[in-house]
Amino acid sequence: MRAKNYFVGAAFALLASGMAHSALAQEIKIGEINSYSLLPAFTEPYRKGWQLAVEEINAAGGINGKKLIVVSKDDGGKPADAQTAANELVSSEGVAMLTGTFLSNIGLAVSDFANQKKVFFLAAEPLTDAVTWSKGNKYTFRLRPSNYMQAAMLVEAASKLPAKRWATIAPNYEYGQSAVAVFKKLMSEKRPDIQWVDEQWPPQGKIDAGPVVQAVAAANPEAILNVTFGADLVKLVREGNTRGLFKGREVVSFLTGEPEYLDPLKEETPEGWIVTGYPWYSIKTPEHDAFLKAYQAKYNDYPRLGSIVGYQTIKSAAAILAKAGSTDPEKLIAAAEGLSMPSPFGEITFRKIDHQSTLGAYVGKTALKDGKGVMVDSSYKKGADYLPSDAEVEKLRPKD
Amino acid sequence: MAFYVVQFLTGLASAASLFLVASGLSIIFGVTRIVNFAHGAFYMIGAYVAFTLTERLSGAFGFWGAIVIAAFAVALIGVLVEMVLLRRIYHAPELFQLLATFGLTLMVEDLVVLIWGPDDLVGRRAPGFKGAIDFFGQNIPSYDLFLIVLGPVVLGILWLLFQRTRWGVLVRAATQDRDMVAALGVNQKWLFTSVFAVGVFLAALGGALQIPRDAVHHAMDLRIIVEVFVVVVIGGLGSIIGAFVAAVLVSELNAFGILIFPKISIILVFLVMAAVLIVRPWGLFGRPEAPARKTPGLTVNPWRPLTSNERLASLAAFVIAATLPLFAGNYALTVGSEIAIFVIFAVSLHFLMSVGGLASFGHAAYFGLGAYGVAFLAKMAGLPMIVCLLLGPLLGCMGAAVFGFFAVQLSGVYFAMLTLAFAQIVWSIAFQWVSVTGGDNGILGVWPSSWAASPSHFYWLALGVAALVTIALRAMVFSPFGYALRATRDSLLRSEAVGINAKRIQWTAFVIAGTTAGIGGALFAYLKGSVFPDNLGISLSVDALVMVLLGGVETVSGAVIGAIVYKALNIWLVSQTDLSKLVLGGFIVLIVVVFPKGIVGMLEMLAQRRRKTSPPGSPLLAKPIESAE
Repeated sequence: MRAKNYFVGAAFALLASGMAHSALAQEIKIGEINSYSLLPAFTEPYRKGWQLAVEEINAAGGINGKKLIVVSKDDGGKPADAQTAANELVSSEGVAMLTGTFLSNIGLAVSDFANQKKVFFLAAEPLTDAVTWSKGNKYTFRLRPSNYMQAAMLVEAASKLPAKRWATIAPNYEYGQSAVAVFKKLMSEKRPDIQWVDEQWPPQGKIDAGPVVQAVAAANPEAILNVTFGADLVKLVREGNTRGLFKGREVVSFLTGEPEYLDPLKEETPEGWIVTGYPWYSIKTPEHDAFLKAYQAKYNDYPRLGSIVGYQTIKSAAAILAKAGSTDPEKLIAAAEGLSMPSPFGEITFRKIDHQSTLGAYVGKTALKDGKGVMVDSSYKKGADYLPSDAEVEKLRPKD
Repeated sequence: MAFYVVQFLTGLASAASLFLVASGLSIIFGVTRIVNFAHGAFYMIGAYVAFTLTERLSGAFGFWGAIVIAAFAVALIGVLVEMVLLRRIYHAPELFQLLATFGLTLMVEDLVVLIWGPDDLVGRRAPGFKGAIDFFGQNIPSYDLFLIVLGPVVLGILWLLFQRTRWGVLVRAATQDRDMVAALGVNQKWLFTSVFAVGVFLAALGGALQIPRDAVHHAMDLRIIVEVFVVVVIGGLGSIIGAFVAAVLVSELNAFGILIFPKISIILVFLVMAAVLIVRPWGLFGRPEAPARKTPGLTVNPWRPLTSNERLASLAAFVIAATLPLFAGNYALTVGSEIAIFVIFAVSLHFLMSVGGLASFGHAAYFGLGAYGVAFLAKMAGLPMIVCLLLGPLLGCMGAAVFGFFAVQLSGVYFAMLTLAFAQIVWSIAFQWVSVTGGDNGILGVWPSSWAASPSHFYWLALGVAALVTIALRAMVFSPFGYALRATRDSLLRSEAVGINAKRIQWTAFVIAGTTAGIGGALFAYLKGSVFPDNLGISLSVDALVMVLLGGVETVSGAVIGAIVYKALNIWLVSQTDLSKLVLGGFIVLIVVVFPKGIVGMLEMLAQRRRKTSPPGSPLLAKPIESAE
């Protein structure tokens, strides 16, 4: 069932057919780490995504003729365990590079490990700005649009709203804190007339939604910024709907348009929220059509955002390896810096200046259609347009 | 004004949900003395089963019927668990049942994902309670009002059950004095089973009733279990009314607390518990526990120092371990270092638990403080590694000195829960004080100096320190201090009568254990190169408990084996399968059934049996028995 066993099985099949010796030299291994047991709702589609990518790459002849093998490990949601896994992948499995991770602190732990052990690391999902800026290092690259980029995309839409009194609800940990901080900063720059009237910081995964909703309502804001997601979002939306919190108020919300978080809400989906997300049903580009078709054919299921992240992570890794023509980390870095490649969302580039990819996100509004939550009026925001100037980035990032 | 009334009612609704689950836990603990870690798992299964049933059965009757059926179905599972698993281990050492229920919890977390899939499930709203009621311009969900009424109703039913039925009389009697109830001829087996069933029923009902307001997902159990324990302890163990008052207290403080301090939720319940326990050591409505009648000495094999043969064997094991770098690769060495560090950690808790009889639920605090101590010294003061390693654990030592002073005033589960509260307070400081600790993003770049950087050197360092620590703690067990500590464990009254200052002895033991854990934490920081609030977290504290219990709490050094087995298995399983929790949980449950005294405890028992059945004249075997304590 596990990807790893599957590929190990494939290796054994090769061995049985007497090709073992040549096969070993004809393989490139990538190490992949994610919180499979802690966050299955995100990581299952993610895994399907990267497995599809591996299949496509090998069907097309592998990486410069070598077969691509992905060895995948679970980190159980703990930074210390992620480092144990990273160590196993590098020391025992001899992987050419590390990829993956979901939680920000795990992304940072693996990034620090990569820096110390001089291993190339492509962070897939962690959103914290620290990965590429304040704690960036030369061995670490990141695929997904960062907190800052998503905040900037939302601010563009939010600043056009007439609302002046804003309240925020965010999970009380680094992701929530920095999302609110960046949003507030960018928003206040564009709209100095805005007042921040209340902030609520429920613990991640443990929101007591009733009192939180009441407290926000009591501050009587005209608009609300939400950063909660997953089960917390469900509770917040349900209490908010019942208590009429969202009635007559604008809501801007991080990540809520991603199928992972939008689909569970079903008929409770609040309408008209400005969100970032992934409306797979309404993207009509040839690149995405090809991905969607392949994904649905293989799994008989629709993709989530995690599928895109998993797919593009391995595609990017393969592109970097192919260009470098080597597994030497220094050559991989040189190959990755400034490398452009296609993705289901269009062309992306790994920036030389901070190793952030220019993968963007869709911004749109939530709506209710046939008892299901969907994103409407969505448009793709290119990552490159929502990053600070090079001079600012230079200041944010320590010198390698 | 209307706002405050509504906020108060909202708090009451949260309290009612909390109370349902907490009351079940309180009843189970009061009678069976089982620290039922699986209570959250039953709560979660209740929610999942109710979700499936409410989706299938239609109409108002279908919904409410589904909720009740789900609760009964899960109660049946509870009965099964009690009869098949827990009944076998009631006579095992204290807290051993925690290991069994912990194993179950691990299994359930993976099983629900296998059965119901990974996605969050959102159930239907309750028929008749979908909307809200207008109260001077504020909306109160009608479902909240339903819960507010349900809480006291359940309290009333339980009260009647306990005060007006023969079963209730027996339960209350057992809560006060189990042994006396047994002596009077009451069939404890069925009493325990029925109590467990009622407790699980309440947990599952609590879970099922969350469907209209919550999402059903595989981490629900962890979200509630600690909070419920806290509520039960604040209220006083075994007191239903106490649980109710505590649930209201905690929920209302949270509802109004967030108006002033929006970040208070993360730590509030623990602050309340620490404050309550310091003022009222047995919770709000609890009574002092009756002094234990059983002399631990009867169940424990007399402790003795190792014989010369055993010393040689230990030395040989150490030498073999030290030769690992000659044939193992870097990964194996790093895992070896990690295991050695966890041996230090487990041995330190074992010292407190088995020698001092003080089970700490928050031992990770001192491990983590040691790690943070190192990180501060290395990153802020820029001190070299050797100095950091020597000074870092002092932070653990200081933490243990402060918290230990308050904790040793209590005993039993209250002691355990106060240590948990302190650990959570330290954790939340590390989590919230972003400018100093980096918050949950931690402190990075704490890598060892070049002399210890290679995996083999670091392995030798960790192994050497682990050996030294184990020897030092063993020596302490057989020192006058160790005997005094054991005296306080076996009989507080008698030990004080012979002039031992029990509190001071226990406090000293707490500081020693905390400092030792800090040493482990200091090494851990260098092994991982980074420090996160996780290093202070509940799951690490639970890991330590599991290692000690697995090794055998009645042994002198069982934790060494417990740590090696648990950690090695854990790392291996996580690397091999996504279902590591299912397999590990199953393994723990199996161990609990096969080795009810822990691995080492069981081996010792077998060895002793063989010794007893061997011919009495054998001089080789007679000698160690004479030299026994």
